[in-house]
Amino acid sequence: MGVYIARRLVLAAVAMVGLTVITFVVSHAVPADPIVANLGQQASQRPEIVAAFRAKWGLDKPPHQQYLTFLRGLVVGDLGVSINTRRSVSKDLAQFLPATMELSTMAILFAIAVGLPLGVFSALYRDGPIDHLARLVSLIGVSIPIFWLATVSLVVFYAALNLAPGPGRLGPQIGAPPRVTGFYLIDALLAGDMVTFGSALTHLILPALVLSSSVMGLVTRVTRSSMLEVLSQDFMRTARAKGLAGSTVVVRHALRNALIPTVTVLGLAFGGLLSGAVMTETIFAWPGLGRYAFEAAVSNDFPSIMGVTFVIALMYVLANLAVDLLYGVLDPQIRYS
Amino acid sequence: MQGPRGAISTIAIGTQVSPSGLAVRLTNRDRLIRRVLKKPMMIAGVIVVLVWVLLAVLAPQIAPYDPIDQDVTHRLESPSAAHWLGVDELGRDVFSRVLYGGRVSLPVAGAVVAVATIFGTLFGGIAGFAGEWVDGLAMRLVDVVLAFPSLILAMAIAAALGPSIQNSMLALLLVWWPPYARLARGQVLALKTREYVTAARGLGLPEFQILLRHVLPNSFAPLLVMMTMDFGTAIIITAALSFLGLGAVPPTPEWGALVAEGRELTSQWWISTVPGVAIFMVAMATNFIGDGLRDIVDPRLR
Repeated sequence: MGVYIARRLVLAAVAMVGLTVITFVVSHAVPADPIVANLGQQASQRPEIVAAFRAKWGLDKPPHQQYLTFLRGLVVGDLGVSINTRRSVSKDLAQFLPATMELSTMAILFAIAVGLPLGVFSALYRDGPIDHLARLVSLIGVSIPIFWLATVSLVVFYAALNLAPGPGRLGPQIGAPPRVTGFYLIDALLAGDMVTFGSALTHLILPALVLSSSVMGLVTRVTRSSMLEVLSQDFMRTARAKGLAGSTVVVRHALRNALIPTVTVLGLAFGGLLSGAVMTETIFAWPGLGRYAFEAAVSNDFPSIMGVTFVIALMYVLANLAVDLLYGVLDPQIRYS
Repeated sequence: MQGPRGAISTIAIGTQVSPSGLAVRLTNRDRLIRRVLKKPMMIAGVIVVLVWVLLAVLAPQIAPYDPIDQDVTHRLESPSAAHWLGVDELGRDVFSRVLYGGRVSLPVAGAVVAVATIFGTLFGGIAGFAGEWVDGLAMRLVDVVLAFPSLILAMAIAAALGPSIQNSMLALLLVWWPPYARLARGQVLALKTREYVTAARGLGLPEFQILLRHVLPNSFAPLLVMMTMDFGTAIIITAALSFLGLGAVPPTPEWGALVAEGRELTSQWWISTVPGVAIFMVAMATNFIGDGLRDIVDPRLR
């Protein structure tokens, strides 16, 4: 087990180096000019400003040196300085990451809370009304454009019905809770500030539901099909034949075995969730990584793009490592070698 | 002329097959048709996609107005007999813009999926067929590209290249091929030890020809399922890039860009709703088709 984790970590590290190389090549091979993007048309006409700008951000050095500078910084946790915000990228990420984590965690919780029972019941009552509902949910989840769902839900639930609060993480009169974790829900609780907690929670629900739409469909679909497979196996009949209660059979024998594909999908869905976060955060004015990435991309802010991509890919690799390790908990038959 | 020529070539091929062979072919086709007819959702999906394709192709004939013609006297008018789906902020007819939007969104998504399939299949196919270190290296590259947050990478590329439809297609292609490479490689690994491959090799055929003529055609079914389902996703992501301002530039009517145009106008719901529904319908329809195709080609579900 220890050897397995170590090997997975080494492989993950190799993948991360590959990621930095690709990010770097992509962001430099394209014919974009960060100078015009950041200085504006007028300032970029003046050679002395351009030269100072290039020297300041190391753009005058050859590409391989720029890359080595980036890598050297990476080792000590320094991702360079954002051209946009003029702050260190790691500081920016530390500030924006918790907002995205809070949003995606809530989205995953929604997806599990709805998708798992829906998948289980649709398998138990195959071709019944619940099954049709489950198929519909999973189809809508994969077919609906998330930016459109976000726009429409904001129009319907905020502008028209006034059921949900407007965009942002908190109401207009409420200040952010003292920062401990960066998760407003947790920080507000720690400060014992229930007003802020309520505002943070109500602001979180709609964007999290929107973001969870695709994962919800995926969880439903995968749980359903793996439950169907498990239910048809011999040990299920044995469990029933020895007189176990129906619910025990379903939860202890079927669901536990059916969970493995669901957990895998959750790990893989993590990447998609962060892509969805770009849309959701842009529309809901959510100050997270997605919006930060969007703004960095539009202004050709290389250090920020590389930082965001690196952190998100790191989380993706770690999420999938965690999924692999969870297999062992769910199914003792799986041995790591 | 296209129809009769196609029919003649079918007959020509048919006559070359022995009588018994022809009979098998026909019954196979009958069985296929029967299986398709048992899938009403799949048929519904095909109809929806065909209708949208037709609407896009015939847009110049059926659209009541020019899609970029501005008529400010009618701006923001709600749906009426003159403007079935209302008018946008600049006085353009929403119905006409959505019809023309299909002429951008549908071919772009189709091209992305097609090129990604060709490149990915060749890449993964060669990797799987060659095996050893080529396979190892190629699959590490696939892993690395897959670990990237695809939309964010596409966003960065599209932004760097400058917003345009062509650049957003290029950006999407760069992140779209790896799943096809992985699928094709798996198929090739499963097929390359088959007897007919050994036989082809025994006949002295070059390796690349064995891969192209004998191995890849036999792994087509799962690729087709993946392509079908992917088409809907490609439409959504193309639209997403345009929505973010990194794809189609105004006044080009592209479905994602159309949703963005109505984003701030909360009381003129029709401006964003209609193009969104178009994306949703096509994506859902391709999923219906993909589901149906998978049931048909996956022998375990028969």
